[in-house]
Amino acid sequence: MLNYTLRRLMFTIPTLLLISFIIFIILDMAPNDPTGNLPLTIPPEVREKIRASLGLDSPMYIRYLLWCQQFFINEPLNLFNQWFGWCVGDCEGRLRVTSWATRSPVVDLIAERMPQTLWVVGMSYVVGILIAVPIGVISAYKQYSWFDQIGTLISMIGFSVPTFFTGVLLIVIFSVWMPNDSVFWLPSIYDTTLKVVDWSSFVQQMRQMAMPVMVLALFNAAQISRYMRASMLDNLSQDYVRTARAKGLKEKSVLLVHVLRNSMIPVVTVIALGIPQVFGGAIITEQIFKVNGLGQLLIIGIQGADIPLVQTLTFLFAVLIVLFNLVADILYGFLDPRIRYE
Amino acid sequence: MKDTNAAILDVVNLKTVFSTRDGEVHAVNNVSFSLKPGELLGIVGESGSGKSVTMMSLLKLLPMPPAEIRSGVIEFDGQDIRQISDEELRRIRGGEIGFIFQDPMTSLNPVFTVGFQLVEPLRVHMGLSRKAAKKRAAELLELVGIPDAPARLKDFPHQFSGGMRQRVMIAIALACDPKVLIADEPTTALDVTIQAQILELIKELRQKLGMAIVWITHDLGVIAEIADRVAVMYAGQIVEHAEVKELFANPQHPYTRALLETLPKMNEARGTRLASIDGQPPNLDHTPVSCEFSPRCPYAFERCRKENPQRREISSAHDVACFWDFTSGGPFDA
Repeated sequence: MLNYTLRRLMFTIPTLLLISFIIFIILDMAPNDPTGNLPLTIPPEVREKIRASLGLDSPMYIRYLLWCQQFFINEPLNLFNQWFGWCVGDCEGRLRVTSWATRSPVVDLIAERMPQTLWVVGMSYVVGILIAVPIGVISAYKQYSWFDQIGTLISMIGFSVPTFFTGVLLIVIFSVWMPNDSVFWLPSIYDTTLKVVDWSSFVQQMRQMAMPVMVLALFNAAQISRYMRASMLDNLSQDYVRTARAKGLKEKSVLLVHVLRNSMIPVVTVIALGIPQVFGGAIITEQIFKVNGLGQLLIIGIQGADIPLVQTLTFLFAVLIVLFNLVADILYGFLDPRIRYE
Repeated sequence: MKDTNAAILDVVNLKTVFSTRDGEVHAVNNVSFSLKPGELLGIVGESGSGKSVTMMSLLKLLPMPPAEIRSGVIEFDGQDIRQISDEELRRIRGGEIGFIFQDPMTSLNPVFTVGFQLVEPLRVHMGLSRKAAKKRAAELLELVGIPDAPARLKDFPHQFSGGMRQRVMIAIALACDPKVLIADEPTTALDVTIQAQILELIKELRQKLGMAIVWITHDLGVIAEIADRVAVMYAGQIVEHAEVKELFANPQHPYTRALLETLPKMNEARGTRLASIDGQPPNLDHTPVSCEFSPRCPYAFERCRKENPQRREISSAHDVACFWDFTSGGPFDA
């Protein structure tokens, strides 16, 4: 298993290099101009100089290599320096990947926004899973019952109605229609400056997270509960279930030990593969509720032709996707004894 | 046909129906049989004749719905299984009645170790501690002839061969010293040498443990080797029932006769075509109103197409559901 993991990790290096190159080319070909948003009074020669100062006059492969050096060597060293205080080489003068729009290091921008995204999107993922697994199990066990029918209907709604609709709908219900002094009134704007220090600020944090989490959890739960149901149905008709019943086990242990353990195998994989999306943020939902997370950062970066920012974020997502694919494969090996990676 | 002679399992007029989209399927029709302690009853019949469904009905192991036990009495050890609570039923399942299924490749849970699956019934029914159950599990594996038993408890089903897995299934079925063992075509999915080994094992275990066995198969050879009594099933009904020697020597139902004729013989001239029974097994979409075998039966006459023959006794412990009387060579008169 360890051997397999190491080999797979080795394979991720060329994969990621290739991905980074593709991201670089695509962004380079994009008809973006970092000076495009500057006032029209700036003469073309000055614009040219601004571009040169950003390194845009050198050929593409040079820029790519420099970017690689920056991303794979300098930034990790900077991170170590920041986190642990380890200093390797020139800590003060080392370059950072900086955002063209804000002039601050991209890594700092990401670190600033990561907590909001992880809180809101991550929480919605956890809530989604916690809702989805029991719904999937019961729906499958009581197939075609009213519970299953309603579960299916809600899943279909959660799956097919876009988050920009459910988000706005919730705002209308809980922020607009609901009287301001009601306990059910929820803020429609996420306040990033809120610090959780005591019970009342914690409650406030929960309240402002409630709506974006609900919107995203519905979407996640819809997806995962369908997988869970299908997987349970597959397993419920297996011969080993009959064996378990013939042994005289309680229905509960037949279902929750024998069937669930088998059914979780594909579902866990699906869940693991979905985690990169948590880090990627929920672009639309974050916009609606003004959560300044990673998704919103990406949108701002794209709008402002902030290529270093977009590059870094996109590549980061690529790393996470590759990594969690590996994690899913390894989990599969742990959950299913029939699978051995040699 | 109720046999009250201290039978451990007594089934009277069992009727199981499946509701499907295209109507009902009458899989088991008025099946009656009994089983005495220590006895081995063989049940033969072709695929779809209702052998397995009959046995699964006994312990309500069929998915319900679509299956439904419509009528009948299933008396096990003095109590009617159809009337008892789910909890009592669970105590009988695996505790008093052990079950072995046809396909050992799929009958074990792939993600749990053999030890775990063997320990489960021991803990549930015998209330053993973890440690004691483990010890007993190792003994059971040894009993069914799996070498290096304590170490193999940690193995997963896929690490066993088909024959070994069936041994594990037998160990699970026997775990709590059941009074009755129901073996549903336990050797069908295995190759012939393994089949012979399993048969030997069952014979040996039967001598050691003395439980009654119901052995379902479509293989008359297997029946001849191990059974005390045989019931022949056709279209969800028992058509003939006799002691094993009597049945093979003196078959009274045209279907039994035809079945026996289909067996290839050792001393037959080479090149003769294997005998077969012409026609198809009937559709089971109605309760039988005529003899279900009559369309394929060379002896069928008027009455067979109008009336479903009931089982009638020919001699003690031999009964047949047929209007034709082979001894007189003509229709039987009640």
